[in-house]
Amino acid sequence: MSCAYQIVVCGSVVPDPLQTLEPLNGPSGPGLRNEGLLPAVLDPWASHALYEAANLARKTPSSKVWLVSLGPRAKLQQVMMTVAQKAPFELLALDGSAGGFTDSAETAALLADAIRSIPTLDQSRLLLFGGWESASRGAGATLQMLGEQLGITDQFQGVDELTVNPDGSLEILERVEGGKHQVSCCAGPPALLGWATGNLPEPRNNPQVGMLNMRTVMPALQRAKPARLASDGLTYSIVSLPKQSRETRIVKDKTPDDIAREIVDWLRNGK
Amino acid sequence: METLLVLAHTEPDGSVAGAALETLTAARQLHSALSGGTLVVGLVGESVQPAANRLAGCGAARLLAASHPALAQARYSTDAPAAEAMARASQASIVLAPATSRWNRVLPGVAQRLGGRVDTHVASVAASEGAVSISRWYYRQRMEATLRRSQRPWFILIDPGVYAPWQGQPGAANAEPVTPQLPENLIRTEVLGFREPAIEARTIRPEADVLLVAGAGWTKKQGDGQSKVKDAEKLILGFLKLARASLGSTKSLVDLSGEGQAVLSFLTHLNQVGQTGSTPRHPKGLATCCHGEEPHTVGWRFIHERRAINLDPNCGWARGKADVLYVADAFVVMAKANELLAQAGAS
Repeated sequence: MSCAYQIVVCGSVVPDPLQTLEPLNGPSGPGLRNEGLLPAVLDPWASHALYEAANLARKTPSSKVWLVSLGPRAKLQQVMMTVAQKAPFELLALDGSAGGFTDSAETAALLADAIRSIPTLDQSRLLLFGGWESASRGAGATLQMLGEQLGITDQFQGVDELTVNPDGSLEILERVEGGKHQVSCCAGPPALLGWATGNLPEPRNNPQVGMLNMRTVMPALQRAKPARLASDGLTYSIVSLPKQSRETRIVKDKTPDDIAREIVDWLRNGK
Repeated sequence: METLLVLAHTEPDGSVAGAALETLTAARQLHSALSGGTLVVGLVGESVQPAANRLAGCGAARLLAASHPALAQARYSTDAPAAEAMARASQASIVLAPATSRWNRVLPGVAQRLGGRVDTHVASVAASEGAVSISRWYYRQRMEATLRRSQRPWFILIDPGVYAPWQGQPGAANAEPVTPQLPENLIRTEVLGFREPAIEARTIRPEADVLLVAGAGWTKKQGDGQSKVKDAEKLILGFLKLARASLGSTKSLVDLSGEGQAVLSFLTHLNQVGQTGSTPRHPKGLATCCHGEEPHTVGWRFIHERRAINLDPNCGWARGKADVLYVADAFVVMAKANELLAQAGAS
């Protein structure tokens, strides 16, 4: 037995991981230097969640995927040009900061309001997806707070695999300590899954999917409501880059035998 | 005055894990720095008495325990009410907990239930003039921030490996029972067990003294124009076994496996360190055949002593980031190192 799922994926934009990042203290709190100019991508773990959602929807007729994204409208538009070609979805956009120094509780409240506004939302078919952590705040907290606000108490984090059983129950693999996965069986929706890497490769760009998505993406971006993140009660005293530069001793003139001996001595005796 | 609750879940045998003892150290230090306030310990699990006895001498004003068969499993729908009940019973203003997978899954949601706030992956907790602050990393360990919050309760999840475990003596504890409202008729999730590689194939060992980081260079064509993936596998697995090391990998090497290329068969995304992987904490790290610049090298941000083997003396993984860079062929060096480790193990 399976049902048509309503899969809501939460994911925002982050600076391209290859960019050099530098913190900057402004009047409204910390941010990144040249934040508006940095090229952005869809958050990596949220991307995995989106690909998994699209894959599940493809295998389950009548299912639908929404992507709920909070970020600066211009950045969202830039990123959607690429993401829209990867998987079919309907965008629900919120125009606000996607920075890492915002508060997860405030982000969760905004996302909850946005999801509740989906007119056809049916809790009994709802699967709430997202990345288990972002590449910006990296807290792994927003989804749980969002789930609470939507009344979802079957929550899973660090998910690498979801299998729909013949009876409609969901078998879920979550990352736990020591390179293991915890295997759980959930009766079915509603459920919340914070995805880790999953098992799917990044889909190839599909211009047809892109054109179909863009019919709804552009209007969604135009409709994006301003979202205010005040970070009330949160005060940053220092934001700094780590002073990690080490004096590296370059060893070029030793034989492999000598190097191996030095490494083994270091491992065994700390020398 | 702050009321500090150290929230720990027990292990299947009723004991308390090292990460919880580390959090207890952090809480005791914070309690001293605040010169006032109350320290409370809360235990959650199927069986809690061994853990309560272990912590009997920790100096807590109260020791609370929520014990129930349903708490044997790490599951949101039962863990959340248990943690909520603990926070309410203790009237905690600050809840400190180890950032285990179990608490990471649940405590942000509990903070939401209680109208509080949460910070995870916390690297230090301090107090100055009665104000509590924490530091944690942002943008995947690329910048560090120190912050304060006015909202309470404030849930603080402390990363394992940051503080030394509390070493006090055990005793006989008489914990106050706390009864959470568990939704027993509404439990929709059952934990079936754990899936892990066979013992001989286990490559992730959080408790290991050394992390071996394998880069994509292991799969590249060697001097004779051939790639030697099987040789690489043998050398890496041999080193892991002989040095009792844990294995991390760069994103590029893990991605190769996802693209169906012939690569190291035992490697999964769980081994990946760096921007989109883990940042494990080990005393020592040895990087082999790794390439990449700053965004990728965050994978060994928390490795204390670092050495690297690479043919490129300008290797971005090592220059300015490792203590020693050996410019050499990792295939040859690792073969010899394994030989020496085997001899040392036999003697």
